[in-house]
Amino acid sequence: MMLIRYITQIGRYFLMLKEIFNKQTKWSVMRNLIFKEIDDLIIGSLGIVAFISFFVGGVVAIQTALNLTNPLIPKYLIGFATRQSVILEFAPTFISVIMAGKMGSFITSSIGTMRVTEQIDALEVMGVNSLNYLVFPKIIALLLYPFVIGISMFLGVLGGWMAGVYGGFTSSDEFINGAQLDFIPFHIVYAFLKTLIFAMLLATIPSFHGYYMKGGALEVGRASTVSFVWTSVTIITFNYILTQLLLGS
Amino acid sequence: MIEVKNIEKSFGGIKILKGVSTVFETGKTNLIIGQSGSGKTVMLKSLLGIHTPESGTISFDGRIYSELAPDEKRDLRTEIGMVFQGSALFDSMTVAENVGFPLKMFTKDNNSKIQERVDFVLKRVNLTDAHKKLPSEISGGMQKRVAIARAIVNNPKYLFCDEPNSGLDPNTAILIDNLIKEITEEYNITTVINTHDMNSVMEIGEKILFLKDGLKAWEGTKEEIFRTDNEAVVAFVYSSNLFKKVREAYLKE
Ligand SMILES: Nc1ncnc2c1ncn2[C@@H]1O[C@H](COP(=O)(O)OP(=O)(O)OP(=O)(O)O)[C@@H](O)[C@H]1O
Ligand SMILES: [Mg+2]
Repeated sequence: MMLIRYITQIGRYFLMLKEIFNKQTKWSVMRNLIFKEIDDLIIGSLGIVAFISFFVGGVVAIQTALNLTNPLIPKYLIGFATRQSVILEFAPTFISVIMAGKMGSFITSSIGTMRVTEQIDALEVMGVNSLNYLVFPKIIALLLYPFVIGISMFLGVLGGWMAGVYGGFTSSDEFINGAQLDFIPFHIVYAFLKTLIFAMLLATIPSFHGYYMKGGALEVGRASTVSFVWTSVTIITFNYILTQLLLGS
Repeated sequence: MIEVKNIEKSFGGIKILKGVSTVFETGKTNLIIGQSGSGKTVMLKSLLGIHTPESGTISFDGRIYSELAPDEKRDLRTEIGMVFQGSALFDSMTVAENVGFPLKMFTKDNNSKIQERVDFVLKRVNLTDAHKKLPSEISGGMQKRVAIARAIVNNPKYLFCDEPNSGLDPNTAILIDNLIKEITEEYNITTVINTHDMNSVMEIGEKILFLKDGLKAWEGTKEEIFRTDNEAVVAFVYSSNLFKKVREAYLKE
């Protein structure tokens, strides 16, 4: 029974994706919607992303330093470990899971509220493709999401450097040497590729949960929670699959 | 003219509409009346295509809704104005933006022309100083009037109103009723109104459909409704009379 329900939901999700691109909203209207979503979703997330990245980057550096008790292990490993963990996993994956909470619940509750107050019906009755009107601008806005992650990567490594140097764990030169050690350009491709995929999941899964919800204000809250769970589970699953495909073998 | 043939609609196995047929005439105010829970809203939403009936047909001047292609459905819908029971205003937009929305979406009018039209319809619903307010900043009655303005702004051929005057004071309620009737006649619109207000029935009930337990229990005009001896109708009308008398007694005290 459960399984059938999940499969039906997944089917509905893909039908929704198709409908989003069906009948386009007038460009003059859509343009403003896109700007509004960029403001809400992208600009509105920069503060929290910057804060978390900087301090977690710092903690990664300190933890690495504290675990390097063997004097034979060179200090530049601190910079190296910070870079690897921030760029490969922390920024793309864990920031995305946090965004599943922040952006995701915002998207689900705003679309869900429109559903329960019949605003979506009002759009449909007017002849508007409500899925295109509501979800398409979010997808376009989230094409800028990799910039957010880029900032997160930069600030994470910067935070590691500050914590390492000012905490007295390493010298600036050592840290920078480590941060440049064995640099593999493909890792950047891998990180941003998965970021882009997470961005699409972040735009569409919470929208799905808001759009197809039923009930009243209480259910809007519940839908936001369910949406967070599914968005983060999907992100973590995709992360595993993509890592296996792109870096494994 | 909207022709409804034998529509049935159920939710979770419970039949709400059990085969209703009727005709809503052009240029007239057609009323659907009935007790709370009798299926009026479900009926209206089925006409609009928000609910899909399991069987039966609905034809808008010969266009059978269920047989139209998705694009044709959307085009037909641009000819429809709808006032929802809860107003359903877009809460991120101001009053003026709400009213101008259908024009912005579906016409090539420039901003000043839209502005002009918005001013005109807002004046018609007696709202002249709320343009810049958000829906959350105006009263429920004002929201209703904004919703009516939004429904008529693009000159609809079909107008649906779900209890347009519930929650309004008697004066405004009559004003809204008469406004809808005037617009209906002036622009030759096919108007369908849900109500359980006997005042509205007496004011504008040119054609009345009485729903009871998902069935058409009676159909006629406002002149006929007071003469009929249909038990269900009598019970419905009398209960409202009783209410009136209670209120009269209360006012005398
Ligand atoms: N989306 C829905 N899902 C399940 N049941 C529904 C739904 N919409 C309406 N119903 C049921 O259909 C019945 C008729 O509801 P409807 O809203 O049409 O009543 P109404 O005549 O409009 O009443 P009111 O005058 O109070 O607005 C009710 O029993 C309601 O529980
Ligand atoms: Mg109703």
